[in-house]
Amino acid sequence: MIEIKNIAKSFGDNEVLKGISCTLRQGETNLIIGGSGTGKSVLLKCIIGLVRPDAGDVLYNGRSFYGSDKEEQQAIRREMGVLFQGGALFDSQTVHQNVQFPLNMLGDQSAGEKRDRVEFCLERVGLGGTGELMPSEISGGMKKRVAIARAIVMNPKYLFCDEPNSGLDPLTGVKIDELIREITDEYKITTLVITHDMNSVMEIGDNVIFLQKGKKLWEGDKHSIMHSDVEELNEFVFSNKLLRDMREE
Amino acid sequence: MAIIGKYFIFLGALFTRREKMKVYWQRFMEECVGIGTSSVLIVAIVSSFIGAVSCIQTAYNLVSPIIPTSTVALVVRDMVILELAPTITCIVLAGKVGSNIAGELGTMRITEQVDALEVMGINSASYLVLPKVLAAMITFPMLVIMAAFLGILGGYLAGTLTGVISPRDYVHGIRDGFVAYNVFFMCVKPVVFGFLIATISAYQGYFTRGGALEVGQSSTQAVTTSCIAILVADYVLAQLFL
Repeated sequence: MIEIKNIAKSFGDNEVLKGISCTLRQGETNLIIGGSGTGKSVLLKCIIGLVRPDAGDVLYNGRSFYGSDKEEQQAIRREMGVLFQGGALFDSQTVHQNVQFPLNMLGDQSAGEKRDRVEFCLERVGLGGTGELMPSEISGGMKKRVAIARAIVMNPKYLFCDEPNSGLDPLTGVKIDELIREITDEYKITTLVITHDMNSVMEIGDNVIFLQKGKKLWEGDKHSIMHSDVEELNEFVFSNKLLRDMREE
Repeated sequence: MAIIGKYFIFLGALFTRREKMKVYWQRFMEECVGIGTSSVLIVAIVSSFIGAVSCIQTAYNLVSPIIPTSTVALVVRDMVILELAPTITCIVLAGKVGSNIAGELGTMRITEQVDALEVMGINSASYLVLPKVLAAMITFPMLVIMAAFLGILGGYLAGTLTGVISPRDYVHGIRDGFVAYNVFFMCVKPVVFGFLIATISAYQGYFTRGGALEVGQSSTQAVTTSCIAILVADYVLAQLFL
């Protein structure tokens, strides 16, 4: 479980996050949604420690991230798996080397154990047999899958996904969402997905948090999102024609 | 001042929270190949021609009958060893290696590869930059030694083939009044220049913000700043060592 406590962040005069608090539950897929420029990605960066917030803290199973020293922060970071928007695969390494990278840097397994673990993770994301390909030789959807394999190779307790299906066709996007859902259920990890895609919300949104102009305006599950009385949320949700038609029916 | 302060903090980050030595050794060897081996051809071409041109131009200027012809070789030797081989070679390397380092790190930054390392709990500055700095400090002196040899050889070939100096006079000239300390000084320069080129370029690339345009700007800035730093350091080293 991750508790986000009163996170605030400004860049100069621009107040991006205005005291956001919420709880990301273990074994569930938590989604942060909102339009472009609402502070979703900045909030994610504050949660994973890439951007230090001006105020507030993040508790990982009760352990304060910003109240910890560097060693403890490193220990918490090593329990995280992150899927970046573009995959963030290392261009100079093969798919296999990319997935094995965290094991080489942080693990103490034998070469055989590492190879088996990488092959297992690649199989798990449906990419068995692609280990020798370079990132430039695979599609956008495959890159996201490799990045997921890399994120789970160290058995993380927390999985963070920044717009996992951006730039993908709808079918591939749904497959990535399903994969995230399956991994969350399988390993009982705390998963946070940043998205503005309503398809993802309806597919995997166990716990949905809506941000608008740096503030949390609404929190609930994917079923209650259709019946909210928050005007800004309705505007965001029903900008999708399919959902608008569903509501009218 | 803020930039200089940030640069020194960045240098400090290279040596803190280091990863396993095995990881650095592998990365160091890769960087030696990337920085050193791939620069051999350009350094060979530039240094040979610089030596050749130095010989021809020195001979053109030394027209007095009271100056022995072998002086041409002596001048070429000292010019090449003291200045042309270390400084010009490192300016060429600032263009080739510096832009490569800044471009690589800048691209890694904007494609979130640096962030990916950080969230794994890896000190990205140390992991990415330290092997490049060490590789530059080791391989640049080797390239400069090669450049000095080829520069003097280029002068020999240009001088003897055009008839401005006989082979015997040239060999006599390069042996006449030879000071071994100058070779030591020649080897000190590229160690300092390599450090400056690698760290300045890495700094520019590592802190790139934005997109492809900014990566290009970082590369240009890396080369410009490195060249200025080389010239300033060249003067300081000359004052200190000579």
